[in-house]
Amino acid sequence: MSAIPLSPGMERWELPSRGRVAMLSLITGESAIFTIFVVAYIYYIGKSLTPPYPAQVLEIPFFNTVCLLSSSVTIWLAERQIERGKMRAFAAWWALTIVLGAIFIGGTAMEWHKLIYIDGLTIRTNLFGTTFYSLVGLHATHVVVGLIGLLTILLFTLTGHVRVEHSERIQVFALYWHFVDAVWVVVFTVVYIVGR
Amino acid sequence: MADQTLPIAGVDVTPRRRSTAQMLEWLHGWVVTVDHKRLGILYLVYGIFFLLVAGVEALAIRIQLAWPGMHFLSPETYNEFFTMHGTTMVFLVGMTIIFGFGNYLVPLMIGARDMAFPRLNAFSFWLTAFGGLLLYYSFIGGFGLYGMGAAPDTTWWAYAPLTEKAFSPGHAVDYWALSLIVMGFGTLGTAINVIATTLSMRCRGMTLLRMPLFVWLMLVTSGLTLVTITPLTAAQIMLTIDRYLGGHFFDTQAGGSAVIWAHFFWIFGHPEVYVLVLPAFAIANEIIPVFSRKAIFGYPAMVAASVGIAFVSLGVWAHHMFTIGMTSVGNTFFVLSTMLVGIPTGIKIFNWLATLWGGKIRFAPPMLFCLAFLFQFLLAGLTGIMLSVAPWNWQLHNSYFVIAHFHYVLVGAIVFNIFAGIYYWYPKVTGRMLSDTLGKWHFWLFLIGFHLTFDTMHFVGFLGMPRSIYTYEPDRGWNTLNFWISVGGMIQGIAVLIFACNLVHSYFKGREAGNDPWDAWTLEWAVPSPPPVYNFAADPVVHSRRPLWDLKHPDDPDWKYEA
Repeated sequence: MSAIPLSPGMERWELPSRGRVAMLSLITGESAIFTIFVVAYIYYIGKSLTPPYPAQVLEIPFFNTVCLLSSSVTIWLAERQIERGKMRAFAAWWALTIVLGAIFIGGTAMEWHKLIYIDGLTIRTNLFGTTFYSLVGLHATHVVVGLIGLLTILLFTLTGHVRVEHSERIQVFALYWHFVDAVWVVVFTVVYIVGR
Repeated sequence: MADQTLPIAGVDVTPRRRSTAQMLEWLHGWVVTVDHKRLGILYLVYGIFFLLVAGVEALAIRIQLAWPGMHFLSPETYNEFFTMHGTTMVFLVGMTIIFGFGNYLVPLMIGARDMAFPRLNAFSFWLTAFGGLLLYYSFIGGFGLYGMGAAPDTTWWAYAPLTEKAFSPGHAVDYWALSLIVMGFGTLGTAINVIATTLSMRCRGMTLLRMPLFVWLMLVTSGLTLVTITPLTAAQIMLTIDRYLGGHFFDTQAGGSAVIWAHFFWIFGHPEVYVLVLPAFAIANEIIPVFSRKAIFGYPAMVAASVGIAFVSLGVWAHHMFTIGMTSVGNTFFVLSTMLVGIPTGIKIFNWLATLWGGKIRFAPPMLFCLAFLFQFLLAGLTGIMLSVAPWNWQLHNSYFVIAHFHYVLVGAIVFNIFAGIYYWYPKVTGRMLSDTLGKWHFWLFLIGFHLTFDTMHFVGFLGMPRSIYTYEPDRGWNTLNFWISVGGMIQGIAVLIFACNLVHSYFKGREAGNDPWDAWTLEWAVPSPPPVYNFAADPVVHSRRPLWDLKHPDDPDWKYEA
C-alpha cells in the first residue's frame, strides 16, 4: 500500500485514545448492569411480604457518602499532579483517595453487620433483603475492585514505576473511580431516599 | 534426544520425533496467540463446530416430530435438546461467528496492525470458549452427585419461576446461568475491543465516513452489545442469587415477580437479534457491491439506517410479551415501536436492490447466498410486521408461525450470510478458494431444504401447532406438513455436510487464491492471502471508501466523487 502517496492536508492524523474509549465503553456496559439492578430495586419497593422494612432498619449513611464523593475530588487532584510531574503530591492525593474509599467500605461493612446481627435482615429474609444486598453489594464490589486497582497503582508509584508519562493511563483508571462514585449517587437516592 | 539416531543404517527416528514436538509447538502457538487473525479463526472454527452440534440437536428434534407419536427422544430429552439447540445457536454459534468475522476483518479493513487490546482479545475468546464447555458439561454434570447428567430443559428464554430451585432442582440451570455469565463477560470484552479498535486504530485517511460498511456495522453491533448482553448478565446474577443464596427476585411465593424476568430477558433478547443480524447485513454490504461491480448505493443512508436500527431495537422488547397481560398503552407502544424497525430496515433493502440495479452481477457462491438472504430477509421482515400486531400475536403466540418467523431471520438471513461471508473470505484466510461446484451444491440444497422446512412451518403454525411440544395427536392435520418439515431439515443437514467437506477439502486441494481473487476494493485484499502476522508491511493511507479501486484505477479514483 506504500504506493499511495501522502496527499497534502493529511499530515495530521489524530485518533481518540484507545484506553479512554475502552473505559467509556466498559462504563456504558456497567451502567446497563446497574440499571437492571436499580429497576429491580425500584420495582420491588414496598413489595416485601414480611418485615423488616427499609424504614425500620435503614439509616442514611451521610458520612460514608461524603467520604466516597470527596474521593472523586482527591483522585482528580492526583490526576492534575501527575500531569505536572509532581509524583509525591500525586502519591499523597492518591493515598488519600484510598483512605476515603476504605472508610466507605468499612462503613458499609458496619452497616451490614448491624442489619444482619441486630435487625436480622439477610439476603433471604424478604424481597427488601434480596434487592438491598444485591444492589448495594454490586456497588460495593465495584468499590473493592477499584480499591485493589488504586492500591496496586500506589504500590507501583511508591516503588517508582509510575512516571509522568503514565498520566493518561492514570486518568483512564480514574474514569472508573468517578463512575463508581457517580453510581453511588443513584444507589443512595434509590435505596436511602426513595426506598425509605 | 532429538539428534540421536538408532544404530541401524538407513533408519532415522528423528524426523518423527521432531514432528511431535512441532505439533505441540504449533498447538501451543494457537493456545497462547494474541493475533487477531488467529483468534478470529479460533472463533469461527469454534462457532462452526457448535453449528454442527446444534444442527444435530435440531435434526433429532425434527426426527421426533416427523410422525405423530414418535419415540425417538423421550419428553425430557426433547426439552433438553430444544433448550440446548436455542442456547447453542444464539450464544455459541451466532455470537462467536460474528465476532470471529469482526476479529479477523476489522483490523485488516481499517489498515491496523491488530486489535486495540490483543491480550484482552485472547482473554475474551477463552472466556467464551470455556463458557461453552461449561454449558455442555451440564450433559454430564447437570445433576451433580445423582450419578446422571442432565442439560437445562427450561427453554432458552428460561422463564421464571420454572428456573427457581423448587421447580428445577439439580444443577442444570446453574450451568446454564453460569455459562451465560462467563460468555457474557467474554462478549463484553470483545465488544469493547472492537469499539476501541475502530475508533482509535484507523490508518491515515480512514475517516469515519470512509470506513467500509462492514466496520461500521461491527461498530454499531458492538455498541449495541454493550447495553444488550449486560442486562442478561445482570438477570443471570439475580437468578444465581435466587438459586444459591435463597434470594427472592423471581420467587413468586415471597412476592417476587415472574414477569420482571420476562422483561429483563427480552430487554436482552430482542436487541440480541439485531446484534446477530447487523453483522449479517455487514457481510451483505461487502459482498453485494463487489459482485455487482458497483459501489454500494447510499452509503450515508446505510450508516444512518444501521444506527437507527440499533436505537429502535432497544425499545421493542415487550413485543415478545403481548400475551403476558400488559396494559393497552404498553401493548400499543410496543406495536408501534416494533413497526418502526421496518423503516430503517426497508432503507437497507432498497439500497441493496439499488446496488444490484444495473450492475454486472457475478453469480458466485457468496453472491448466491446474499441474493437468497435479500429475498428471505424481506419475507422474515414481513412476518415480523404481522406478528407485531398485538391481536394477531395473541392468536399465533407460541405457535410454529413464530418459530418459522424467527428461523427465517436467524437461518434465512443470518446463517445464509455467514455462509456467504465464509465463501467470500475463506480465500483470504487460507490462501485457497473454496470449490465452486461444491459451493453451488451446498447453496441449492440448503435453499431447497430451508424453504421446505420453514415455509411449511408457517402453515403448521396457522393450523395451531404450538412450539415446544415433543409429540402430537395424529388427528390434528399436522402430519404431512411435519413430515415435509423434517425432510427439509435433513436436506439442510446434507447441505451443511457438503459445506464442511468443502471447507476441509479446499484447505488442502483448493485453487490458489492470490491476494485479490474477487477483484474487491477494501484493504484486506491488498495484503497476501493468508495475511502475514504484521498485516501491512507499510502503514496504508486511504483517500476514499474504496482504496483498492483507487490503486487499480489511478486515472479515475473514487475520491474525486466522494464528498
